[in-house]
Amino acid sequence: MTETSTKKLQINHLLGMENVSEEDITLMLDTGMSFREVLERPIKKVPTLNGKTIVNLFFETSTRTRIAFELAERRLSADVVNFAASGSSVSKGETFKDTVQNIEAMKIDMIVVRHSSSGVPKFLTEISNATIINAGDGAHEHPTQALLDMMTLREKFGTLKNLRVCIIGDISHSRVALSNIYGLKTMGAIVSICGPKTMIPKHIEKLGVKVFHHIEDVIPNVDALNVLRIQRERLSANLFPSNEEYNKYFGITKKRLEKSTKPITILHPGPINRDVEISSDVADSEHSLILHQVLNGVAVRMGILFLLGTKTKTN
Amino acid sequence: MGKKQNERIMKTKIIDSKTFTRILNRLAHEIIEKNRGAENLAIVGIRTRGEYLSKRIAKTIFEIEQIPLLTGALDITLYRDDLSQLDKPILQGTEIPFDVTNKKLILVDDVLFTGRTIRSALNEIVDLGRPQNIQLAVFVDRGHRELPIEPNFIGTKIPTQKSDDIQVMMKEIDSEDGVYII
Repeated sequence: MTETSTKKLQINHLLGMENVSEEDITLMLDTGMSFREVLERPIKKVPTLNGKTIVNLFFETSTRTRIAFELAERRLSADVVNFAASGSSVSKGETFKDTVQNIEAMKIDMIVVRHSSSGVPKFLTEISNATIINAGDGAHEHPTQALLDMMTLREKFGTLKNLRVCIIGDISHSRVALSNIYGLKTMGAIVSICGPKTMIPKHIEKLGVKVFHHIEDVIPNVDALNVLRIQRERLSANLFPSNEEYNKYFGITKKRLEKSTKPITILHPGPINRDVEISSDVADSEHSLILHQVLNGVAVRMGILFLLGTKTKTN
Repeated sequence: MGKKQNERIMKTKIIDSKTFTRILNRLAHEIIEKNRGAENLAIVGIRTRGEYLSKRIAKTIFEIEQIPLLTGALDITLYRDDLSQLDKPILQGTEIPFDVTNKKLILVDDVLFTGRTIRSALNEIVDLGRPQNIQLAVFVDRGHRELPIEPNFIGTKIPTQKSDDIQVMMKEIDSEDGVYII
């Protein structure tokens, strides 16, 4: 009854990490850590979002993100409706806007959306009264992935300030990369990127990141590597000759990592292509936090749903 | 509540630090007496000040009985029924590093008012396991219950107006031990 310390999230929707303040990120990461304890309980469920309805609107395939969101929602006792584009009225020719407004007419509170077009979550905030969470939009942003990556790194290193993180792979097609760059920079990390020239967007230095094209230049000077998946399904043109070729120049192997004097922490958003972007001896090593990222993925999403779902609507 | 501290408002001290300690000692004695010792007792405080009260009671019980009590802290935020009406408190998390099943569980809070906090706490504990029983100890009972909840151990009863504010202060986080009515 005498609780005095209160903090509120400034954002009303989670559309991306761009323009999200350090205070908001810190609050989301702290809250995520608190939910780790709930995940250790015999009954991993709390009644917090009892009576709230959340729609998972997935226009693109997803395993990890969708399951993590659904688990997080159910563990907060929300009512969950899953929508997949295939098998819905979208294939009967209904427009996106009509689909959403029909779902909204059923009185829902939150929408978690994934779509192949950038900007769809933002558009949703304009046509819907629900709270919107971006679960990945095109090659734009994937904020919950960035938050779970940051939560994992912060847990390991204690702080993100001045932490040297390099994101490796197909930066051009990666929403994970962009969200991580925005978030990590806000938290004061030193961020670099590395990949083939065909996979690095022009002018990316303007975001305050250093660009490398050779793994060997990166490894001696980083604390952590975030290894991106080579997304075959998104590659329209041939940006590199073959998986073997990519692995030869950019694959993270134990041998390459031995060039560093101290162990380097490895993150990967999954699913991993073994022996393409990362070798098995690295992915399964003690310095790989890949499975820990999955655990934190549920916890941080519970934190975000809790913070946004219990927020008093101001508009 | 705490944010008014710097303004000039009517603030009356009802309990000073000496009385505060005496009340805590009495609560510890009453708990041991009622339970005929400290065997199988565990004590859990509701955050924030209930946690500090529970630790002090546990310390006193140890001094009397030489039995260390299992202690824990409960954050009932996730179980509240008024979450979206509040300025949200920071989620501090629940830390109960033992199995509550078959324990005699003493639940501690600083102020008992509407009873809704205790309702939330009971729901949370039941989700963690099945204690042999749960007993409620509060430092201040100020009346105005909205639920059928009564404490087993009461530090002090303070008749209040519903609009009053009762503030329990503790050395661990405040400048002193004491109780104020505002």
